[in-house]
Amino acid sequence: MNYLLCTLFEIKWLPDIWAVILVSVIGFGVVISLLILTVLFLVLAERKLLGFFTQRKGPNRVGLWGVLQTTADAIKLLCKENIELLSSDKFIFTIAPIMAFASVILLWCLIPYNSEFHLINSSVGVLLYFAIASLPMIFHFLAGYSSNNKYSLIGSYRSLGLTCSYSIVLMLSVMSVILVSGTMDLDKIVLFQSKTWMIFSNVLGFLIFFIATLAKLNRCPFDLSEAESEIVCGYHTEYSGMRFAMFFLGEYAELFVMSMLVVILFFGGYLPPFGMYLANAFMGNCEFCSYLIYFEQTIWLFIKTLIIVFVIIWIRATLPRLTQVSTLNMFWKYIIPISIFNLIMIIMMRALW
Amino acid sequence: MNYILTTIDSVLNWGRANSIWPLTFATSCCGIEMMCASASNFDIARFGSEVFRPSPRQADLLICAGTITHKMAPLLLRLYQQMPEPKYVIAMGACTCGGGMFSSKDCYSVVKGIDKFLPVDIFLPMCPPRPDALFDAVLKLQKKIKKESILTRKEFIEGHKIVFEERDEILVLKEERNEHI
Repeated sequence: MNYLLCTLFEIKWLPDIWAVILVSVIGFGVVISLLILTVLFLVLAERKLLGFFTQRKGPNRVGLWGVLQTTADAIKLLCKENIELLSSDKFIFTIAPIMAFASVILLWCLIPYNSEFHLINSSVGVLLYFAIASLPMIFHFLAGYSSNNKYSLIGSYRSLGLTCSYSIVLMLSVMSVILVSGTMDLDKIVLFQSKTWMIFSNVLGFLIFFIATLAKLNRCPFDLSEAESEIVCGYHTEYSGMRFAMFFLGEYAELFVMSMLVVILFFGGYLPPFGMYLANAFMGNCEFCSYLIYFEQTIWLFIKTLIIVFVIIWIRATLPRLTQVSTLNMFWKYIIPISIFNLIMIIMMRALW
Repeated sequence: MNYILTTIDSVLNWGRANSIWPLTFATSCCGIEMMCASASNFDIARFGSEVFRPSPRQADLLICAGTITHKMAPLLLRLYQQMPEPKYVIAMGACTCGGGMFSSKDCYSVVKGIDKFLPVDIFLPMCPPRPDALFDAVLKLQKKIKKESILTRKEFIEGHKIVFEERDEILVLKEERNEHI
């Protein structure tokens, strides 16, 4: 980012303010195109993987191995009728899916993709991330509330109840990470792990964070708020066409960005797993390599993230759904005490070192 | 103008034909075959339509799997009306095609064919049809969608709106008569 900014500053006929705007627009465009490509790929990957887990083939008729399946879905959803309910609260009903998707896009801008490309670089990156990450839930609730449907309302209440249970656990486990690394900057957390990954010094914290992540993403076994066999579709029961697609894509984009955060906090982010870049190992220290390294960092981040996403889909194919009561029981009675214990242990270790 | 229309049509129809999301709706034994069609030996996912939507707002296809009684018919009609355009109907099983084994005059409770109140695209008789037959129906529906045009679809919607209102009254009347009996 800084490199691009400097090259633009050197152009004489371009005013400085335009250079700054241009750089942020280019960065945002890159992030958006990454998001849409990954989400299109991710939906297909989930359908394929669920097929393989249940000994099926998955979509394989459209394009080679069904690669274009999600593209067909997107075209269909774009051109489907948008149903407006007479009894709904129209303003909130239209704005809720847009805002839910927009807040997920903001999350994508907070992630350091490599050591240079970091769109919103804040010294309290983790805090900012979780402040924005709580927004989609609020818009899910508003969507369920405004559509004036009993199933939507039950779904949105369930998602609120789930939020009450997981958010404390999530923050407690993130606090343990912040205590170990001693910083809230996502970039510095990644660089802190250049010798050993965080997961080796904070195993319990990782397990707790992963469970809370599943709850945050509304994934199995915590997909209470859109339980298809109990309440029709949860909060998006009344949504059709592109508005439904906004929720659908937003969910998958959030899944990917949360997995990226797991990688950044616990698996060394964009750093290579064996302490050395492949570009340097094969080509030595040339000038071309220093540019190649940035791409390699992004590829490492994505590979690690895809492994986490695979595990999450694997869990979805394996586990049944918990009830609301047992979820609350599990989080409040067992996981919160364990995470407080973990936090105290980390504090004691920090004090002894 | 015609050229632009046909290119738009071909792209749209390609998308629509390859992602037919059915509604989870089954009233009797044909439903078992429909579930079997999405399970491992047959796998409806190959055609991109394993996404069984529980909400009619997000579905494209109403696979009417099973006997429809006079009491169920208004609910089915409501489900159909709740679906957004473009929407398609497959009448699965002999009962939905023309009453099947309930087609005698003595049978007072079963609607003799759902085409009396819904515009059916594909009829799939048999009692019950195997999953392979359901795939055949889905593939035939895909072929039908690929031949469609935006203009003809609009005419189709306009033509069927009036029919619905009339049929609605008939169904209500029938229900009242049943209560009398």
